[in-house]
Amino acid sequence: MIDERFDAIVVGAGMAGNAAAFTLATRGLKVLQLERGEYSGSKNVQGAILYADMMEKIIPDFREDAPLERHLIEQRFWMMDDNSHVGLQYRSDDFNEEKPNRYTIIRAQFDKWFSSKVREAGALVVCETTVTELVRDAYGKVIGVKTDRGGGQIHADVVVLAEGVTGLLGARAGLRKIPRPSEVALAVKEMHFLPQEVIEERFNIKGNEGAVIEAAGTISKGMTGMGFLYTNRECISVGIGCLVADFQKSGESPYTLLEKFKKHPSIAPLLEGSEVKEYAAHLIPEGGYKAIPQLYGEGWVVVGDAAQLNNAIHREGSNLAMTSGRIAAEAIFQVKSRKDPMTAANLALYKKMLEESFVIKDLRKYKDMPQLLHIQSQNFFLTYPQLVSKAMQNFLRVDGTPKKEKEKSTWKSFTAARSWAGLFGDAFRFARAWR
Amino acid sequence: MATEPAIRVEDKLFQNRYLVDAGRAHIKVRAHTVPSPELKALLTACPARCYELNDKGQVEVTVDGCVECGTCRIIGEPSGDIEWNYPRGGYGVLFKFG
Repeated sequence: MIDERFDAIVVGAGMAGNAAAFTLATRGLKVLQLERGEYSGSKNVQGAILYADMMEKIIPDFREDAPLERHLIEQRFWMMDDNSHVGLQYRSDDFNEEKPNRYTIIRAQFDKWFSSKVREAGALVVCETTVTELVRDAYGKVIGVKTDRGGGQIHADVVVLAEGVTGLLGARAGLRKIPRPSEVALAVKEMHFLPQEVIEERFNIKGNEGAVIEAAGTISKGMTGMGFLYTNRECISVGIGCLVADFQKSGESPYTLLEKFKKHPSIAPLLEGSEVKEYAAHLIPEGGYKAIPQLYGEGWVVVGDAAQLNNAIHREGSNLAMTSGRIAAEAIFQVKSRKDPMTAANLALYKKMLEESFVIKDLRKYKDMPQLLHIQSQNFFLTYPQLVSKAMQNFLRVDGTPKKEKEKSTWKSFTAARSWAGLFGDAFRFARAWR
Repeated sequence: MATEPAIRVEDKLFQNRYLVDAGRAHIKVRAHTVPSPELKALLTACPARCYELNDKGQVEVTVDGCVECGTCRIIGEPSGDIEWNYPRGGYGVLFKFG
């Protein structure tokens, strides 16, 4: 039993929790971090891409000893139908810079390293301990937690809820609602191991260079979803995710989609001969700005995935998580420095600071996107990819048909599938939601 | 869907590391005679295929291969069909890569 009193208890040791615990401990606060996994990272799943800028704001020299896989020099966006893909590809030697901008990482390894930094900063990190309950005083203020290790209550001035997308504590305590099936995506992922030189040859990369493929289209069978493929040093992360509401409605199985994606003629040669060493699944918050819950209250703040802070359009999550963790910690430090109590009124500073950051600004920009993509999923993920693929093939296949007729048939296929009004409407709605 | 070959999820889960908390299932299905639409959805939506129909047509859960994604909680907890908890600290899936 830990019968000391802490300045802050951080629940969870993912990106948000580690960023919060590290920042609080570095500022001299007495911090207890509780994690249910065997170590930080053992319950955490991500693609995964690390965004250096946000990491630098927490640990400026992280590149010196953090376990990084490859820095990304190439991004491929693929629109897929069953046999083809139409791609947009960007590759630049500018990404081979002294301090690269994006890296692939393996979360179990990266989080273990991040956690070692949290300990070095002075926080007490206790793993294999599940927090079961928030403790509140007679006025409802959160004053601590209870764990499954028994021994009663552990008290702190403030509790940072970094419990992830499946966070139970906050939902059970009525601090936020359980996400709706339309507000979360389920992604499944496999780790495919191949010799380093084989990966480099297949992706036309060398040294520490890495490439990413992100794909949408008929692979999600009309559901709102995406496939992805990330190069690590000696393995490839390959996965696919769709909204839980769509899985629920369609009766499709996530592993069936993954198998089909892996067998796609554009993907299969990249994975050929690999050895699979892990199969993971994880939820991704997709509700966007409108799904963000109350972020603070009497004696508590919520950060990261638990607060739905994920930019689904740009597939950014861990950077929003770590930034919200850092900002929450800085707000708590300011309140503490003024010797003020951790009341909702004082902790409102966290929300104010978060609103001034890219986190809320970006989510607000795309506030209408989740609904649009969900309601229009058949069009955006099934109809359009098929039409575009057909148009490309029509354009490239030389068969004696006069070009004018070819163009006519392409336009006809679009208007037949969506009508002129439908096409303009989709373009207009998309542009408005993107703005 | 029926035309596609069945995929053995067990083969996938076999690659994972688990510390099973024997006798303490962290997910429970509420007793029922006829499964609700939510429970039926779990038969296909669960990425570890933890949910199966028994001889009586009821939905049962076996949590040994659970990857703790929380999908069944999102679908089945609000309707009261399932009770979802974390495994005890240290137990459950132990991701090597994550």
